[in-house]
Parts: sequence; C-alpha cells; structure tokens
Amino acid sequence: MALSAEQSGRLARLLTEHADRLTARWTEIVAGSLRGRLSQAELARQARELHRSIIDAGQHGLRDLADEHGGELRAVLAELSASRARQGFSATETAISVFALKDALLELMEQSRDADTLRDFVAYSALIDQMGLFTFESFVRTREGLIADQAEQLLELSTPVVKLWEGVVAVPLVGTLDSARAQVVMERLLQTLVDTGSPYAIIDITGVPAVDTQVAQHILKTVVAARLMGADCIISGIRPQIAQTIVALGIEFGDIATKASLADALRHVLRLTGVETATRRARRES
Amino acid sequence: MTAGVDLGVPATQAIRSDEDVVRVRQLVRTTAVAVKLSLVDQTKLVTAASELARNTLIYGGGGSAEVTTVEDGRRRGVRIVFADQGPGIADLDEAFTDGFTTGGGLGLGLSGARRLVDDFDIWTAVGEGTRITVIKWSR
Repeated sequence: MALSAEQSGRLARLLTEHADRLTARWTEIVAGSLRGRLSQAELARQARELHRSIIDAGQHGLRDLADEHGGELRAVLAELSASRARQGFSATETAISVFALKDALLELMEQSRDADTLRDFVAYSALIDQMGLFTFESFVRTREGLIADQAEQLLELSTPVVKLWEGVVAVPLVGTLDSARAQVVMERLLQTLVDTGSPYAIIDITGVPAVDTQVAQHILKTVVAARLMGADCIISGIRPQIAQTIVALGIEFGDIATKASLADALRHVLRLTGVETATRRARRES
Repeated sequence: MTAGVDLGVPATQAIRSDEDVVRVRQLVRTTAVAVKLSLVDQTKLVTAASELARNTLIYGGGGSAEVTTVEDGRRRGVRIVFADQGPGIADLDEAFTDGFTTGGGLGLGLSGARRLVDDFDIWTAVGEGTRITVIKWSR
C-alpha cells in the first residue's frame, strides 16, 4: 500500500501550490462539524500546522505514516488528538479533523480527469485514512490515561481515615472493596494509627453494598494488622441484610466487636475508655 | 431442582477480570430489583453471585454468567448460570466443606453461596469445566 516517493513529492507540491485554498476549505469543513466549539483561529492554526508537516513529510519522500519521515507528522497528530480528547470532543469529531483534508483535496483534484490524478488521489486518501486511524488511536490512549488518573484519584478520595474522638479513628468504607482498595485502606489506617497514637479504630461498612468472603477477608486482615500494632478494631454499619448474608455464608468475625451503627461503635469505645456520656436533663426549678 | 420457565431474554456477562465480577454483581442486582426480591434476598443473591463469579474467574480461569428472569407458575425468580471451561472440580465433597480452599480465600464461597440461594445445581468434569446454576425465588 502507501505512496510511491514521486506521489508523496507530488502531494507536497500540490499542498504547497494551493496552500491557502486548502487550509481555508479544511478549516471550514472542520468548523462545520465542531459547530463553533473551537475558535476559527485555533482551527486554522491546527490546519496550517498539519498542512506544513504533511508537506515536510512529502518532500522527504514519505511512503507510509509509520516510516521514519512520518515522525514529525505523527507528533503533530498525537498533539491534535490529545488536545481534542482533553477538551471533551468525541473520537469521531477528532478523526473528522483529519478526514476533512480528504474532502478538501477531492474538491481540488476532481477538476482534472486523467487516470494519474485518480491514482494519486486514491494513494493520498489511503495516507489520510492512516492519519485518521492514528489520530483515533492516540485519542483513545489519551482518554485511557485520563480514566486511569481518575481511578487513582478516586482510590485516594474514597478512603479517608477520620478522627472521631481523642484516641478513636474511623474508616468509612463506601462502594466496592476490591484488593487494590483494601490495600490502600489498610495502609492508611495503620499509618493513621501510628500518627495519632490511637488505640481504637472503627471500620464502618454502611456504604458497602455486599459483604462477600473476599470483602470479609480484607476486613479481617486489616483488623489483625491493627491488632498487631496494639489497636482494637470495631466493625460498624452492619445492616440487617448484611448480617443475614454473613451468617448464611458462614463468616465468623470471632471476638471482633461489631455494631449496627457508627454511633453505637463510638459509644462502645467511649465506654471502654471510661468517658461518660450523659444526657443533660433540664433542671426544674420548684 | 425446579428449572422454571424463562421470562425474557437472558443477559450474559463475560467474566475475565475483577471488574467483570463487579459488573455481574450490578447485573444481578438490577434483575433482582426488577423481580421484586426483598432487600435481604437481593443482598443474598448478589453476594452468592459475587462468590461464584469470583470462583469462575480464579479457579475456572474465566467464563461467563447468564442472568435470566424465571417463573414457576406461582412466583418469579432470578436464575444465574456460571460456566467456565477450566480444570473442573475433582472432589465435590471436599469443595463443599466449609473452610476448604485451594486458593488463599476463606473457603466459604462455594458452600456459602449454596446456603444463600434457593436452588443450587452443579455440573463439573475434570478437564472440561464447571457449570453452576442457582435460582433465588421471590417470596
């Protein structure tokens, strides 16, 4: 496939000759598809940049987008798709930015009717397809990078360790507790126990939709690790349906204290530490 | 076991990664809510599905879960079929013993899942794979 060295040379000349007309038409087509979500000036700049790098590659006798003369062009395409991906454009809208060149070229070349021009157009069209696919792939890569970053941020966000009282820390668990998150939770909790010198930790599972053996095992391991460091753990937030499921599964929490709510757990710990809680009664004056 | 009559098209979820186990759980929960299982039964079924899907992944080397709404004339339920082409289970009695595991788990998944559902059926052949069918009926 791909182009012959002469064809890419001709492409470079064609693009140079009709530079203004091509970039103007190109910008126009892309602007139509993006419906004004990117300024004309920005689009024109991108079109000019792509235009220039295709000419450069053509003058060096580019035969295939993947060969060594295509390096600069690939970089420009990757930058274009990365910026589109970050600005929230769809993959189609991004690829159209490249494919529009095909329409612009066709308008230019269809005036001459000889077979050589047709053959050239087919070859250019194949190159533009390659460029489009490359753009598409780098778009997906950028998006995947964004998603991975967000997943990491979520992992950080979703595992806070909060101080409830002097010597009492709590970990409210929300959502799915997979191995990666369980590891983060355990590390955070153990580090917080050291930092605050707390002898008590409450693990609240109100926000965990289902406790299966894996989740239970993660919690049990965390409790054992905390115990090794001299801290006592209480598990709270065990709702009726979770309690029944745990019993049916046959999971044993052994001598680990469990409570229905975070409030119960805190009251339990306060009692253990000798803190008195009293409800103030309004004193009646007689 | 009562197989029940299919209502609607089964939804199939491939099990190839940990994320797929979460997807199976979500699919089962949605179906269980649609069949109007009680909150306790929903949680039990979702937990059983979670155990079996993870077994399919870890011990079966991946497979699929097929979730269908079924009816037996009086009541509606959810049927899930877990299938893999893994090594199979050599000794079923041992596998159903509480606390027995060849992995690093608690050894309660298979036996626990059987206690969490109403109907439980297992077919397995060494070297061919395992197929587990479970049903939870609405009350």
